[in-house]
Amino acid sequence: MRQALKPWFLVLQRLGIAFLTLIIVSFAVFFATELLPGDVAEVLLGQAATPEAVAALRESMGLDEPALSRFLGWLVGLAGGDLGTSYVNRMSVAELIGGRLGNSLQLAGIVTLVSVPVALTLGIGAAMWRGSRFDRAVSVLTISVISVPEFMVATLAVLIFAVWLDWLPALSFGVNADGFWAMLRAYAMPVITLSFVVSAQMIRMTRAAVIETINTPYVEMALLKGASRSRMVLRHALPNALGPIANAVALSLSYLVGGVIIVETIFNYPGVAKLMVDAVSTRDLPLIQSCAMIFCVSYLSLITLADMVAILSNPRLR
Amino acid sequence: MTTRTSFLSALPTPRKLGYSFNMTGRIGLLVILFWAVVAVIGPMLAPYNPGEIVDWDYFGPMTGDFWLGTDYLGRDILSRILMGARYTVGIALAAVTIACAGGVILGMIAAVTGGWFDMILSRLLDAFNGIPSLLFGLVTVAAVGSSIPVLVLTLAAIYLPGAYRFARALSVNVNTMDFVTVARARGENTPYLIVREIFPNILGPVLADLGVRFVFIVLVLSGLSFLGLGVQPPNADWGALVRENIEGLSFGAPAVLFPSVAIATLTISVNMFIDNLPIKIRDRSE
Repeated sequence: MRQALKPWFLVLQRLGIAFLTLIIVSFAVFFATELLPGDVAEVLLGQAATPEAVAALRESMGLDEPALSRFLGWLVGLAGGDLGTSYVNRMSVAELIGGRLGNSLQLAGIVTLVSVPVALTLGIGAAMWRGSRFDRAVSVLTISVISVPEFMVATLAVLIFAVWLDWLPALSFGVNADGFWAMLRAYAMPVITLSFVVSAQMIRMTRAAVIETINTPYVEMALLKGASRSRMVLRHALPNALGPIANAVALSLSYLVGGVIIVETIFNYPGVAKLMVDAVSTRDLPLIQSCAMIFCVSYLSLITLADMVAILSNPRLR
Repeated sequence: MTTRTSFLSALPTPRKLGYSFNMTGRIGLLVILFWAVVAVIGPMLAPYNPGEIVDWDYFGPMTGDFWLGTDYLGRDILSRILMGARYTVGIALAAVTIACAGGVILGMIAAVTGGWFDMILSRLLDAFNGIPSLLFGLVTVAAVGSSIPVLVLTLAAIYLPGAYRFARALSVNVNTMDFVTVARARGENTPYLIVREIFPNILGPVLADLGVRFVFIVLVLSGLSFLGLGVQPPNADWGALVRENIEGLSFGAPAVLFPSVAIATLTISVNMFIDNLPIKIRDRSE
């Protein structure tokens, strides 16, 4: 009984660590943005910053309270869905983000649907025919994609598909794209770019995971028994590599978080990342904080998910 | 003849000791050295002043006068790339040095002393690993504004936890070896253990790790500059050069291609070099 509960205990422990990390991360995000840039009230009032006006605004914004209590207030508000008010256009941050979040999730969802099957096929194939010309071609391609910045992958995609082949529009994103075909064309560029970035990571990790199981004695036994290469990999190695592969998938999807910031900016995609980059240039702190927390939470949950899959799929921990 | 060969095979050549580089590694090293030299003397080689408008035609093609074309204002791209090498290579090198030095020193101390110091430091730095790197840069730059010291320190802070984790894991393994136990029994103090026993035995893998982290830093720095938050105009690193000239992308201007190519050659060659390091340097345990 106690033995059976052990992996669940480890999962709980992992969740606890994730929660603790989240607290530290929110602390870092809050203090980095809130405490460093000087007096917000003065910046907001600009020309009209008389001492009385600044003092009044500080009081109405609650800025004269100690930082720690403001941090706790912000954290409680965040947990309850109250994200504060934007400094720039006085709109509620939740409202600003609400419209954009769906767009970003949609992009991430499509990329996941495209890249996971492709990456798993290529990764398992490369491991199955290890050392072959196919394997080497895949390796060179993935290493090249990993070694260059995301915006360069985007640049190359634009160059190939929009400039040379003239299949797709270059850098503009049609928001009111009507009809299936127009939608497809509008989404194609961001999806192609992000899929390349995410798949490259996923292929490498999948290949490594499968090769690790191929190097075990029981797969060697299957080989000596006379099983064909595909049977050896698909029947004997793959079921045992599923845990590490799922771990690799979740881990590579966390690369979406960084990639999406660049890709939304370059293609003018109306998502949360674009909102955040714009907020950085106007120094709209409440908006930056909330967007940053959204990214941190998605990144953390993917990493934690990867760890939990690794724990639960490891029979030695059962 | 036979005596000659046996004499040669007895000599401790790099190849015999396992320190020689293969072809791919040498090509990588060559490209790295090229960019290192350019970063130092590049501005002297530049045919034009990188800030000067030399061509009235913007996004000019590659010609005899302007080898790599001109940018959106008609400035010479070759000169700007040569100048940009100094920012990209310089900032990344400074940041990776701080990150690895700090991470390795803290990692070794944590491994040797252990106890609560190790636990708290590990937990804290692990928590910082929970922030996506580009986002960390965005938030810091939003808060304090962008300048070169801020960029160096931010990039160093992003990659210090990873360097710490790597060095600590290696040091913990070395720490359990007999010669460290013997040194402890001799009564050597902690600084001696770290400097004389642990450090020489983790140096090789740490150097390889430094290269990997250098590539990450170049990528994040270029990403930040591409978003307009890195090196500020009129100066430009390679990421900023891509951003400036992104408008030229729709007609395939050389001004947007060559800065990207410069970044790619640097990062790919560092990866090639690291992947082909001699076994002796990569992993001392074998």
